[in-house]
Amino acid sequence: MNGRRLFAVLQKEFRQMRRDRMTLAMIIGIPMMQLVLFGYAINLNLRHLPAAIADQAETSASRRQVMDMLATEVIEPVADAQTPQQVMTMLRRGEISVGIVIPYDYERRLALGQEAIQILVDGSDTVVQSAAAQLAQVPVGEPPPENNISLPNRQSSVPLPRGPVSIVSFYNPQRVSAINIVPGLIGIILTMTMVMFTAVAIVRERERGNMELLIATPVSSIELMLGKVLPYGLVGLIQTSLILLLGTWLFGVPIRGSLLDVYIASLLLILANLTMGLLISTRAQSQFQAMQMTLFVFLPSILLSGFMFPFDGMPKAAQWLAEILPLTHFLRLIRGVMLRGAGVFELWPDLLALVVFIILMMTLAVRRFRKRLD
Amino acid sequence: MEGDIAIRARGLSKHFGSLKAVDDVDLTVPARQIYGFLGPNGSGKSTSIRMLCGLLTPTSGDIEVLGLQIPAQAEVLRQRIGYMTQQFSLFTDLSVRENLEFLSAVQNMPVRNARARIEELLAEFQFEGRADQLAGTMSGGQKQRLALAGAVIHKPELLFLDEPTSAVDPESRRDFWEKLFELADAGTTILVSTHYMDEAERCHRLAILNRGRLVADGSPAELTGKLDGRTLLVETGRQRSARNVLLSQPGVISAAQIGNSLRLLTTEDPVSAEELRGALRAEGIQAEIAPVEPSLEDVFVAVTHRDSDPTPEQRASPREENS
Repeated sequence: MNGRRLFAVLQKEFRQMRRDRMTLAMIIGIPMMQLVLFGYAINLNLRHLPAAIADQAETSASRRQVMDMLATEVIEPVADAQTPQQVMTMLRRGEISVGIVIPYDYERRLALGQEAIQILVDGSDTVVQSAAAQLAQVPVGEPPPENNISLPNRQSSVPLPRGPVSIVSFYNPQRVSAINIVPGLIGIILTMTMVMFTAVAIVRERERGNMELLIATPVSSIELMLGKVLPYGLVGLIQTSLILLLGTWLFGVPIRGSLLDVYIASLLLILANLTMGLLISTRAQSQFQAMQMTLFVFLPSILLSGFMFPFDGMPKAAQWLAEILPLTHFLRLIRGVMLRGAGVFELWPDLLALVVFIILMMTLAVRRFRKRLD
Repeated sequence: MEGDIAIRARGLSKHFGSLKAVDDVDLTVPARQIYGFLGPNGSGKSTSIRMLCGLLTPTSGDIEVLGLQIPAQAEVLRQRIGYMTQQFSLFTDLSVRENLEFLSAVQNMPVRNARARIEELLAEFQFEGRADQLAGTMSGGQKQRLALAGAVIHKPELLFLDEPTSAVDPESRRDFWEKLFELADAGTTILVSTHYMDEAERCHRLAILNRGRLVADGSPAELTGKLDGRTLLVETGRQRSARNVLLSQPGVISAAQIGNSLRLLTTEDPVSAEELRGALRAEGIQAEIAPVEPSLEDVFVAVTHRDSDPTPEQRASPREENS
């Protein structure tokens, strides 16, 4: 390794990046777009969900309770129901997203401090589930005793506490919230852009013939590889900062652990993805192939890492596969740090997994990258 | 420099699957000369050059370049050679100066020397006022000058040029060759591939490649000298019919129409002008036939027709029976 040569490769890379408008647009545009799309898709302030109400008590107190819930505008009654069974049928048919059942003994239950109202939710739609949480905040009973209902803690994923209104989530016992998604989104965006940037950047040089010129000079493989990894690593850190900034600003996502730990975790994921991109680039014959191979990494990452579906709910084989993916480990790290306030070194198994992955990928890439054309 | 031989290759072969891109080629390139590779597309010129500079591993054969064993010592060789690829391979999104700066660093030149050398090259290759222009926005001739400037930035002992003039106009080609002669005078060995006859004629020595085989080598004068007496010029008013008649004559290898005349190449056992005149007269064609100085193009046709498949036109002629 030679400092002057490495510097020259880095300088070249930054100059090219500065002039490549499309890549620049992707660096800034993809995180912003994804954050806003994902962020607002899981908007908690949902309104006018189709609902059915089965008020079996039919007392003045129960009717007032129903009116209070309607006043939130979260639900809009679209059908009449007499029994909980009817509500469930409508829910199954997709005619309604929310069903409210007030039992015959509403007032007695209220007096005893038991669950008095049941809200049935179409849990196959996580958005609806979140909306139901808003309904649960409607004061129950008369006079509305604020302490009678405990506000569900929106900033954690523990089951909603048992108050006078109980929420039964059908079809999806897990709750996914915006808070949970934004840290994961850092991982998704970094996986999507970092692997592709490096893989395509190197294959493009091969396609344009630059590589043939480069390998005929004394520049070494490791210099060429680092020359790609370091600039894009910086890009990754910029993206991370952008998501963190927008996440806290737009969605109030907390960073409960230390900011340094967030960056340590992000940097490891960035390096893991960049080195994987390098390995792909040694295999791909064209930029198009590099994109295709990137998809092979990206799809399992999104589906298996625990970003979309809970990790523990997956079959064992899928879990093993997921353990190979850097994103899985990153999600555990970032959720631990940002949401639970854990220190990154407390989560050392995942930290170690990422480091091992990076070393393995870099070694394979450098070994596979020959200063030869054959 | 090791003796006066820059490149020595013995039994050089490269197979891609069943395709023999280069087949048992022996080469000796003297130092400080311009050595040409002449051959049609797909004749193995690029593959040979890539093997000689250590970018491709030969299937078999020994290579010694500047006293180094290739490909084993290719990494050492890389500091002493310049390589200009067939396709423009500098960075189109960097400026002229940035490209040269990058190459100087990659070639391990100290910063101070590099700066002076870049200024020198900018002046020498007529890039004053264009140093900050992006390479991708330049014309074919300018790109090619830049590529050459980049290849010689570290003053290599040996320069490989792979079809350097395939995308430039004739004037740029002439200027380019002037540069090559200056470099050769300064002591650089140059190996250049081309499919232009006029360029091949300017080389000190050349090798003719066809289908991966070395079919002839020597100085242009030696190569054309071997064809003395085998080239004839036919002046006639009816070139097309005369050509058909002549091609059917035994001993005529080719008859190329050049303007108002036909250029004939005969076998080693020359056919007399008198005979051919007679054959034409029998078909009612009046013609003047006179010997003409052989050119490299004739050499090329003479050496390549032997091991090439007959074209449909040639197959129709009886002379193919003895060739």
